[in-house]
Amino acid sequence: MGVSIKVDKLNAWYGKTQALYDITMEAPANRATAIIGPSGCGKSTFVRCLNRMHETVPDARASGHVEIGSMNVYNGTSAVQIRRHIGMVFQKPNPFPTMTIYDNVAAGLKLNGFHNRARLDEIVERSLKMSALWDEVKDSLRKKSGASLSGGQQQRLCIARALAVEPTVLLMDEPCSALDPISTGKIEELIFQLKEHFTIVIVTHNMQQASRVAEFTGFFLLGRLIEFDKTAKIFTTPSDKRTEDYITGRFG
Amino acid sequence: MPETDIAVLHHSAETISIWRRGVNGLATLAAAASVVLVLAPLIAVFGYLIYKGIGSVNWAFLTQTPKPPGETGGGMANAIAGSAAILFIGSLAGVPLGIGAGVYLAEYGQNRMGNVIRFTADVLNGVPSIIIGIVAYSLVVLTQGHFSAFAGGVALAIMMIPTIARTTEEMLLLVPNAVREAAYGLGVSRWRTTLSITLRTATSGVITGVMLAFARVAGETAPLLFTAFGNQFWNWKLNQPTAALPLQIFSYAISPYDDWHRQAWAGALILIVLIVASVSAVRLVAGRGMLKGTS
Repeated sequence: MGVSIKVDKLNAWYGKTQALYDITMEAPANRATAIIGPSGCGKSTFVRCLNRMHETVPDARASGHVEIGSMNVYNGTSAVQIRRHIGMVFQKPNPFPTMTIYDNVAAGLKLNGFHNRARLDEIVERSLKMSALWDEVKDSLRKKSGASLSGGQQQRLCIARALAVEPTVLLMDEPCSALDPISTGKIEELIFQLKEHFTIVIVTHNMQQASRVAEFTGFFLLGRLIEFDKTAKIFTTPSDKRTEDYITGRFG
Repeated sequence: MPETDIAVLHHSAETISIWRRGVNGLATLAAAASVVLVLAPLIAVFGYLIYKGIGSVNWAFLTQTPKPPGETGGGMANAIAGSAAILFIGSLAGVPLGIGAGVYLAEYGQNRMGNVIRFTADVLNGVPSIIIGIVAYSLVVLTQGHFSAFAGGVALAIMMIPTIARTTEEMLLLVPNAVREAAYGLGVSRWRTTLSITLRTATSGVITGVMLAFARVAGETAPLLFTAFGNQFWNWKLNQPTAALPLQIFSYAISPYDDWHRQAWAGALILIVLIVASVSAVRLVAGRGMLKGTS
């Protein structure tokens, strides 16, 4: 089951440059929340702070309070431990190139010391079915490399890989920006189904996509959260002038 | 743009195209000529070795030890075995240390310490091999009191480490950061990511570096002169003076006997064949683990 994400006064820096200023918002459980805004506004930095991927960049740091379910992200628990509970899908599909399709999906479990063969088979199949890739790859699971798939298939493989570790939250950083419209459609459909099981935060450049898949939308500008509301409200009657300017295409 | 301009453009495009095709042909020709120029010495060396050496390669040569000076016949079996032993010891020490250093440089070495190591490795790469031999001599031979296969192995390991370290580093840096991030995102720790993901992704490149270093030291004579020293007889002890192919070739080549000259050629041929064989064997075995569609 998905859990809610509570963010309170989150700040983030790259060296001396501040990238996020006092972000406070709440993404409800089992819903998709879209993060929109022009390039460089801190969208990616924001989601990367939710699972502490931000700090893998040299000199990057973050402070503030993030709660995912009952888990306090910036207090005590190690970053590695946190990330095991949060799935992440990146902008460009990044399957492990030397691994088979099967091993790609099982990677998160295997690398963390889970080796029960029968259970792994089960989880791999379930994850690939969830990511709507099973039918296309079930005959070449152990024969083909993850890198041999098409771009759209690779991205669904990456989603399956993220789902296999049974996260409570799925973070998607522009998951469709490198894909063609058909693959994009498949992944959007997927997001709809995945909401039943996970809480989803999706960064997107595509406002139509945000309005299609997300119940809630946050608009970022220059590292600040300008407006956060129901998606319908943001796209029809935004409260802030800047949000309106952005969604009507006046800048960005 | 007015129509007339476009017409001019079309016309000039045609002339340009002829010019371009000419330049393209010339460039291809130059590249092909370079390939021939580069390959010619290699083929010449190999061909000449076969021409001079094949006549003396026979069963006795591969199974017997050298005969005393003046007698004909005998072989280099002990030198082949000795070379194998010395190379094994050298690789046993040099490969893991070199790969380890390369991993440090690529994954953790973006700092002063890394730069110092990088510089040191590059300098070490340029040190003449005879000096490496002297170092191994004073480190191992002088402290142990005798020449040995072990001392030869140490000398070769010292030569392998910088090459392997630098190529490993380069191969690891070629692994896209997105691959590392994918692992971090799954909650895989950093050392585990380095070991199971990054290094594994770069495997074929790392192996190339290792084999390059191996092939280079396999033919080294100078560092073995006063470490392994050479031996005319079978020796099964790693702490005793040990024969090695390059040493045997060297001493036979400068000898006054025609038969020994012929055997030196045969030894050189065997050395090259063994190097090519072991490099190919490693590639074949490593290649079997690779998947289809892996670039």
